[in-house]
Amino acid sequence: MAALELKNVRKTYGNAAQEALKGINISIDTGQFLILVGPSGCGKSTLMNAIAGLEDISSGAIILGGEDVTTVEPKDRDIAMVFQSYALYPTMTVRENIAFGLKIRKTPADQIAAEVDRVAKLLQIEHLLERKPSQLSGGQQQRVAMGRALARRPKLYLFDEPLSNLDAKLRVEMRTEIKLMHQRLKTTTVYVTHDQIEAMTLGDRVAVMKDGEVQQFGTPQEIYNNPANLFVASFIGSPPMNFIPVALDQESGRSVVRLQGQGERIAISLPMLQTALADGREAILGIRPEQICIRRGQIGDLPLVSARVQVVEPTGPDTLVYVEVNGVQVCCRLAPVDTPEIGSIVALELDVERLVLFEPASGARIA
Amino acid sequence: MADLSRSKRWSFNRIAIHATLLVACAVYLVPLIVMLLTSFKTPDDVRTGNLLTLPVDWTLIGWIKAWSTVHEYFWNSFMITVPAVIISTFIGALNGYALSKWSFKGSNVLFSMLLFGCFIPFQVILLPMSFTLGKLGLANTTTGLVLVHVIYGLAFTTLFFRNYYVGIPDALIKAARLDGAGFFTIFWKILLPLSTPIVMVSLIWQFTQVWNDFLFGVVFASGSAQPITVALNNLVNTSTGAKEYNVDMAAAMIAALPTLLVYIFAGKYFVRGLTSGVVKG
Ligand SMILES: Nc1ncnc2c1ncn2[C@@H]1O[C@H](COP(=O)(O)OP(=O)(O)OP(=O)(O)O)[C@@H](O)[C@H]1O
Ligand SMILES: [Mg+2]
Repeated sequence: MAALELKNVRKTYGNAAQEALKGINISIDTGQFLILVGPSGCGKSTLMNAIAGLEDISSGAIILGGEDVTTVEPKDRDIAMVFQSYALYPTMTVRENIAFGLKIRKTPADQIAAEVDRVAKLLQIEHLLERKPSQLSGGQQQRVAMGRALARRPKLYLFDEPLSNLDAKLRVEMRTEIKLMHQRLKTTTVYVTHDQIEAMTLGDRVAVMKDGEVQQFGTPQEIYNNPANLFVASFIGSPPMNFIPVALDQESGRSVVRLQGQGERIAISLPMLQTALADGREAILGIRPEQICIRRGQIGDLPLVSARVQVVEPTGPDTLVYVEVNGVQVCCRLAPVDTPEIGSIVALELDVERLVLFEPASGARIA
Repeated sequence: MADLSRSKRWSFNRIAIHATLLVACAVYLVPLIVMLLTSFKTPDDVRTGNLLTLPVDWTLIGWIKAWSTVHEYFWNSFMITVPAVIISTFIGALNGYALSKWSFKGSNVLFSMLLFGCFIPFQVILLPMSFTLGKLGLANTTTGLVLVHVIYGLAFTTLFFRNYYVGIPDALIKAARLDGAGFFTIFWKILLPLSTPIVMVSLIWQFTQVWNDFLFGVVFASGSAQPITVALNNLVNTSTGAKEYNVDMAAAMIAALPTLLVYIFAGKYFVRGLTSGVVKG
């Protein structure tokens, strides 16, 4: 059953010229973890507020657990939310902040105390319980905000960038905690993040947004391997997908693109492209950095593109090597043992099965 | 060199500032000193002495006589001021809260119209108000006068609170709504604890306004229900017998004392409330 269903949700702020949400359609099942990603200002927080009922929507419907809640009061929607701005109550201590929602819902005092202790331990803020929010660092405040939501057991969690202000180590720890907790409680969750790893590791579903529209909605793997358009392809993945301008041609009955690095142009055949489409038109070829590797020595008759190494960036687990192909810089992600010398000529092998092609003007996917 | 000249100019500025402040201080304080000195003199002393001389014999007869004449009115003023101040501040806070955090269609228009109330001169509302009070059966009662002060003060208190609450992040209200709090719970538990500075401003402002009011008092209250400002005027204007300046001055001091004390003890909150940013972070 769908736990959360958004039907053509539109929102225009009172004084705004532009629509903030332009017809959002999303549906997730009970227990699923939905990730919202998109550039700043694309409407993620607006959508969260709309789901929570804190902003009225202009049209459309929001259905929670089969019930249309479009006009239901926020407090009756049974939702807990972590706000992007934390929104901690300034005059209350951390303990009171976390307990507030439970108190209002008339939870017995001993249960409240137990619950506060549980989330404080989970979020490593036990030593801060008697402090006021103004006496906390940004990251500590953020964890309190998280604690306030986690203390409750609602039908739906809304997390608006809940880890954005934490240091790298704590962030990884909290990510794991959230994942564990979600596996245990199975509460349906909507989670906004700018972090690629959070998006890929936490989500059952990912919605990529831009300018108030959902560009693609699917599993993280679908979004990563099968981006619907140029925007999604460029937004997901770090380092981002390489985009190489090419022309779609035919050669002995197959569709090909020609790539030129250092030396002659090499024809790469594209098994997924219908020959009818390969009529010499311009296209953008997308390939992820890890789908390129360096060949030492010729194996069979695989077409290899030779190129000169311009920059080498060792990141630790792997090394990013930048070469030039068809006049643009192309990033390859290699194992550190493979690292070539700067200035050397390398032979690149592309994973042709996973190449994607886009139309240059509209950014739409060709194949 | 540059440093020296700068510090020289700085010290000149300092002197100028201090001199100006001293002059201003004198302008404000001399009348007060004259009043105080006169109130402690005997009637003979007042007639023979100079305005600024110290009393020959320090005496309290002026104060005792003044108190025995005005003390009833002094309490009248309290009975009018305290409820009027508290009620107008409380309703102003609620208004400001509703206008800033639960804005509805037309709430801005409503607020602008309410602001108009700040610019309406007292005299304009005298006739309609006395007509209304008469219809309500509150003419010449303390309750009626309190009502007048509450209504007239609401424009100001609403303005204070509304502008203060606009600076409090909406997300706070949103979070509380999701936590299950309603309109009044949010007001009591979240906003009011944040409002100390502006509550002080509102209390002080309203206290001074209501306590010092003369016109409403003279029009809407009569006889034994009059506030002290009216009684003071009556006392000073009595034409029978010799002028007892020491009694007049003591009575004036008694009338001014509460507002003076409010400023001395709460003045810093007034300044702080008007200048402070609302919530940090
Ligand atoms: N209260 C408001 N009134 C008018 N416009 C608003 C309001 N809140 C947001 N907007 C506009 O709506 C659009 C979407 O804003 P939103 O806060 O949802 O973005 P976001 O995706 O959460 O961005 P970020 O990643 O920076 O948090 C923006 O163009 C923003 O300017
Ligand atoms: Mg946001």
